[in-house]
Formats: sequence, structure tokens, C-alpha cells
Amino acid sequence: MATTNAHTEFILRRLHTLAGVIPVGLFLLEHLFTNSMATSGPETFNSAVYTIQHIPFLHFIEFIFIFLPLVYHGVFGLYVAFTSGYNAGQYSWGRNVMFVLQRVSGVITFVFIIFHLWTTRFSGKAPTFQMVHDLLVNNPAYFWFMIIGVVAATFHFSNGLWSFCIHWGITVGQRAQRVSAYVFFVVFIVLAAVGVDALIAFTTQTA
Amino acid sequence: MSGSATAERQTAATTKTVHLIIERQDGPDSPSYTEEFEVPYQPGMNVIACLMEIQRNPVNKAGKRVAPVTWEMNCLEEICGACSMVINGKPRQACTALVDKLEQPIRLKPMRTFPVVRDLVVDRSRMFEALKKVKAWIPIDGTYDLGPGPRMNERDRQWAYELSRCFTCGCCVEACPNVNERTSFMGAFAISQARLFNAHPTGAMHRADRLEALMEEGGIHECGNAQNCVQVCPKGIPLTTSIAAMNRQVTYHAIGAWLKK
Repeated sequence: MATTNAHTEFILRRLHTLAGVIPVGLFLLEHLFTNSMATSGPETFNSAVYTIQHIPFLHFIEFIFIFLPLVYHGVFGLYVAFTSGYNAGQYSWGRNVMFVLQRVSGVITFVFIIFHLWTTRFSGKAPTFQMVHDLLVNNPAYFWFMIIGVVAATFHFSNGLWSFCIHWGITVGQRAQRVSAYVFFVVFIVLAAVGVDALIAFTTQTA
Repeated sequence: MSGSATAERQTAATTKTVHLIIERQDGPDSPSYTEEFEVPYQPGMNVIACLMEIQRNPVNKAGKRVAPVTWEMNCLEEICGACSMVINGKPRQACTALVDKLEQPIRLKPMRTFPVVRDLVVDRSRMFEALKKVKAWIPIDGTYDLGPGPRMNERDRQWAYELSRCFTCGCCVEACPNVNERTSFMGAFAISQARLFNAHPTGAMHRADRLEALMEEGGIHECGNAQNCVQVCPKGIPLTTSIAAMNRQVTYHAIGAWLKK
């Protein structure tokens, strides 16, 4: 029993990195994919939303595989960001700067997701192309807030994957860690571009 | 009048000096303060030589007589780690910090990750505690002759030798953002030493104990991959590789241990 208690922090930390990739990261990819349907026009997007809304046990899936891991990753992540020290001013090596950016982008994403859910999922409005379009067009600040959120979330995910590979002992050697850093940087650029492209499509096209 | 002034200017120009700004502290709980010193330059001198010069003539830059600056030193060839301090913003050994290669004024500070005893002297006993926690030794003591140990293959011996060059100087702990007053992270060196002794055929007998210790409070999970440790290590030990390799061992151990229960 005593040994179990001694390992609590270890398990919580590992669950944090796992939750960030398996349910939350996969959901991010799915979400970006659905969003980019908007680039093919409002009908395509609306039909994609229709399909998702008719997944069986949707509320159960949403709660267990998205909401719970997201809240856990986010709240525990705030604790991680709070207990970390920040010394990139004194030690400005690339990885240490990324260490700071990972925590900064995490906090930005946390705030962004709360606002994002409040204005969409929990707004009581039907999730249609028109709803997103109106939000983006009615307030230019909303558009830029979305851009910041998308870039922060995709950066946090991509750089988090790099760290995940080390935390779980996948990329061990120096070369493996260097190459994976390049690969995940490309992942970041691609995902951020997909997200921004969808936002532009939502703003410029009309239903 | 004007002749002597010219002569004075000439001596000032010929006698080079070294300008030091030192962060001092009179005792463990005293407030810190900075003091400036100017010592005569000698070719090839290191930071230790500057500190010895201050000890010989403890007069600060303003001309006031002060208590000499205290520091620790031992081997003077970068293999003991005793003279580790923060020199111009980076933790390193004072013995191999050559004045000719440093930007002036030279700024000296104690490694504040550790409790400061006085001036540049710090108490690094937390590192010893961490080494004890991960059993950073090979168990060979017994009541009878155990005979020769198993041989280690040459490939592993070569990288293990690199890890064995760690002298517990504390630079990796000082530079780590995750070693601070809000965490209890042991630091990169202890994880690397656990890897070294797990790799040894006889040391491997304590393998599970070391992995369990790395999963306890302040263990390997507190690493945030900022990777400052590998940048500041004076021996160029691949600390980040050690951490990732131990992450792999710990992952297998944790999943395996849970499935076996």
C-alpha cells in the first residue's frame, strides 16, 4: 500500500502525458479534420456535423473520451505549469525556450477552450456553418482570438508529442530526439495551416 | 605635477587588472549583497587564482577592507566538482574558468538551487541523498568471497564509462527549471547514475529497487525535458539520453509490475 502511495505522483504525471495524446490529441485531429470540411462549402460541413451528431451514445462518448480527459489534462497541466521554474532568460537554449512555450501555449489553450466551448458547444445554438460564420464575422476580435487559439493548441499538441516520446522512452538517443523535433515541427506547421485555412473558409464563405 | 600624473597613467595601463562582481552572503540566513573587487592580472589565471588574490588582500574595489570571500575547492582539475559556482550566468567549475576566456566584469554567484552556507559555498548534500535513494552503487559486500563478477561487454562499457565521469558537481541541478522550491525533483545526475549501475552486470541486481526509487516523489516523472542539464554538464555526459533510457526502463517496469500483481 505504501508503495502505491509513493507512486501516485508518477502515475498522475504519466496519465497526464497519455491523456494529452490518446483521447485529447486524437480529438484535436478529428476536430481539425471536420472543420476543414468547411473549405468545401457549407453543405459539406453541415453534413459532417450531421454524421457526428448521429453517432450512437454520443453524449457518453463525448463525456468519457473528450470531456473527462480534457479536464484532467487541462487542470493537472495548470499544476505542472505552476510548479515548473522558468529560467529561459538565463539559459536561452532552444529546448529550454520550447519548455517555456509548451507551458505558455498550454495555459493559452486552456483559456481558449473554455471560451470556445462557452460560445459554441454550450451556447444553446445549433452547431451549423452559419453559427460559426456569424460568430467570426460579427466580431473581428473573435476571429483573431480563434487564430491564436488554433496556433497555440496545435503547437502544444505537436511539441507535446515530442515530449511524450521522451517521457515514454520511445525516442532515447540524441539523434532520435533531434529528428523527432523536426518532424513534430512540420506536424505543427501543417496542423496550424489546416486550422487557419478552415477559419478563413468559415469567415469568407456564406451559407 | 603633470609628469607624475603621466607616469601614473602609464602604470595603470601596463598593470592589467581583473574586475570581479561577487554575490556574497555572510551566513545561511543572512541577506545577500554584491561586492566588487579588482585584482592584478596574471597570464593564464583562473577564477580560483582571482579568489586567492582576494584572500591575500581582502580589499574591495572601493578600497575598503572586507572579510575575504569564501569558496570551496579541492582537485583544481575539474574532477571533484567542489568549486562549482555560477560564473557569468552559467554554472561551471571555477578551476577551469580561465580569465582570458571570460567576459569582464566576471560575475560570480553561488549555486542557489542549494542552500548557501557562506559566499560561494553551498551545501550539496541533497545530491548525496538522491544517490542513496537510487542506490548508486554496486552491491559486493558480504561475509564471504563472492568470486569474480560477470564481465561486461565492450560496447556497453564504452557508454557506461561516459556516465561514470559524473562527479556530482551540481551544474545540472542548478540549471534545471524543474528543480525549485515548489518541486522535489532529484535532478538529471541521479537518473543517469541509476542507468549506469543498472547497466552493470552486478549492479543490475538492484535494478528493480532503482526503478522503484525513480518512480517515487521527486523522481523521473518530474523532468520536463528542458534539457539544460546536458548543455551545462562539464563532462559532456549524455544526460538527456540517460533520462529517456530510464523513462523506457521505468515504463516497462511500471506496466510489467502492475500486470503481474
